[in-house]
Amino acid sequence: MNELTLQNAVVVAGTGVLPGLQDLTVVDGVVLDIGEGLEVRGEAIDCAGAWVGPGLVDLHTHLREPGQEWKEDITTGSRAAAAGGYTAVVAMPNTDPAIDSGHLARYIADRGRHVGLVEVIPSGCITADREGKKLAHLDELWNAGVTLFTDDGDSVADAGLLRRAMEYLAERGGVIAQHCIDGGLAGDGQVHEGEVSSRLGMPGIPSEAEEIVIARDLSLVRLTRARYHVQHLSTAGAVALVAAAKQEGLPVTAEVTPHHLFFDHSYVEESDPLYKMMPPLRAPSDVAAVRHGLRTGVIDVVATDHAPHASHEKDHPWEDSPFGVTGLEWAAAVVNTVVDLAPEEFFSVMSVAPAAIAGLASQGRLETGAPANLVVFDPTAAANTSGTQSRSSNAPYLGLELSGAVKHTIYRGQFTVRDGAATHQAGAAE
Amino acid sequence: MNSLLTMEGVERATLDGLLDDADEFYEVMQRPIPKVPALRGKTVAMMFFEPSTRTKMSFDAAAKSLSADVVSFSPGTSSLKKGESLKDTVLTVKAMGADLMVVRHKSTGAAWRVAEWSGLPVINGGDGAHQHPTQALLDAMTLRQHFGSLEGLRIAIVGDIRHSRVARSDVWAFTTLGAEVTLVAPPTLLPPYLADWPATANSNFDEVLAGVDAVYVLRVQAERGGASVFPSVAEYRERFGMTDARFEKLRPDTIVLHPGPMIRGIEIDGGVADDPRCKVLEQVTNGVAVRMAVLFQLLGGSKDE
Repeated sequence: MNELTLQNAVVVAGTGVLPGLQDLTVVDGVVLDIGEGLEVRGEAIDCAGAWVGPGLVDLHTHLREPGQEWKEDITTGSRAAAAGGYTAVVAMPNTDPAIDSGHLARYIADRGRHVGLVEVIPSGCITADREGKKLAHLDELWNAGVTLFTDDGDSVADAGLLRRAMEYLAERGGVIAQHCIDGGLAGDGQVHEGEVSSRLGMPGIPSEAEEIVIARDLSLVRLTRARYHVQHLSTAGAVALVAAAKQEGLPVTAEVTPHHLFFDHSYVEESDPLYKMMPPLRAPSDVAAVRHGLRTGVIDVVATDHAPHASHEKDHPWEDSPFGVTGLEWAAAVVNTVVDLAPEEFFSVMSVAPAAIAGLASQGRLETGAPANLVVFDPTAAANTSGTQSRSSNAPYLGLELSGAVKHTIYRGQFTVRDGAATHQAGAAE
Repeated sequence: MNSLLTMEGVERATLDGLLDDADEFYEVMQRPIPKVPALRGKTVAMMFFEPSTRTKMSFDAAAKSLSADVVSFSPGTSSLKKGESLKDTVLTVKAMGADLMVVRHKSTGAAWRVAEWSGLPVINGGDGAHQHPTQALLDAMTLRQHFGSLEGLRIAIVGDIRHSRVARSDVWAFTTLGAEVTLVAPPTLLPPYLADWPATANSNFDEVLAGVDAVYVLRVQAERGGASVFPSVAEYRERFGMTDARFEKLRPDTIVLHPGPMIRGIEIDGGVADDPRCKVLEQVTNGVAVRMAVLFQLLGGSKDE
């Protein structure tokens, strides 16, 4: 029997934060019991007052497999996820080939199971090959277990096509997740349109490029009643649009990335492509708005948009470098550092809500009888920002001081991270 | 000063020092043998990743007048075409023994990256639509030559401000040296945010004309998308061209500058371009002098040699 006891923890269960310090026992991959002073089963781990909650769930991860394995693959991406306290990640479908049919989605899930460090859930394209011209094989993808559909990296620009996708998925309960950037307004924009872009002489991406896509899509949600999820929301205006839609009762959710919570466009001043991402880092007022939106529940989820790029791809000037930063390993610390959430709010945005949006039965739950997908997070300890498990190191948090450390990650009852260190042997998973 | 990357935030004393040195090198250029041994043994690498004729020739002439050796990199035939990262290219040229790099690139910030990767002194020879500091120095030198000082001068910069690294450099250099700058352009050719610029904007060229000491005419930059943001060239010339008719309305002591190359018939009429009050050729000559001054300062040359 495989047994484990976590002792003296602030336990964030489905019903809320349990009083005082509690113990939790895990037997054969399942949470057996939660309570004060439980009889020890197997090895006892003293959590010393750290938070224990459901393992983190990322709705927005670029694992780069298949097709761009020099940046990341499902093995290295899973390691980075585990290091960040994640027990599940939703893999974005903008791979090569793009995940637009059932067998490709099954491949992603299979590879994730084979690596075995986190649950890897494929998302699927809305349109075939992400070209925005005709629908992807939504039926096959749905039957392969895909619940979240996105052409991430591009907006679906054709409102008629998006409406058809929404109507199709509304019937089944699937989620349309939109990368909201109007291609015409964004043009060849490189940074947020504002004071910084004007002085740097770089073409800007106005906030409106994001907001008009959201506004249009909300009209389509009104028409179709499809579940709609705003990916990497980054502007104050977008927060207001989502707040109004929720007020109206539309089935809308939204995510924000750690980098849009942490950095504003002043970091672009030195034009270091480490800070080049899409949507771009916005104005300080936008950063304040997304933090407030997260605190007040307008934004449901923190999703990393973990976007690895090899260093040689960023060893170019700004305009020749690709968009994207990594984030799986520091998302929890960033949120804990800049937003100051209570434990139950923290686990809501990092685990419970993303699991609910993606419809993941074995994630985002901490209760007796639930699968033991858990994280032990010490909100007062310093995060480790000295290195990365990812294949790529385009991480703007390296070397920063962040508060909050993942002590242990437990996936299906097994440690994937223990005492802050990966349990897998380097290079041994494959 | 380790590198010259931008005009933003450069102190007045630094600008004055460079312009004073440039005046001395201007004298050198008038000698029968316009060459000094100040940078003998130093190697200047010309890293021009974007097509350039005049700026490259000007730096070339400046380096050679200081007796420096020059090695040139041309992107058309280089390993960048084969997929090499810019960092590797820069480290390769450094390994050949360069002491300073002059960098021109289509991307904002390229010179910063090159300075960071190479650890060498770097002169920004133009990065995207961002900065072109030696252009601002030669423009300031030309104005100083003519007026004695930039203090209190009123200068209009006219045209494609949005896509212009010249405007972004000039605005800061001119105002640091005491001038007042008005930007004249259609809204689509102005940067979207100007609040933190030390300049004002006015889209009525005719209103600005009579009150200025100098008009700085910019080229319409078709290659940076400048041509698709106004309805027609004829309309642009009508509203923002430095036409012969507008030239008539300038005060008789007002001068005209242009960074070149001039597109006659669009932003400037032939009569203006050929008038002695158009200082474009003086600007070119001064370009060599200011680049000598910058190379000299950055490579720590000695005037006593």
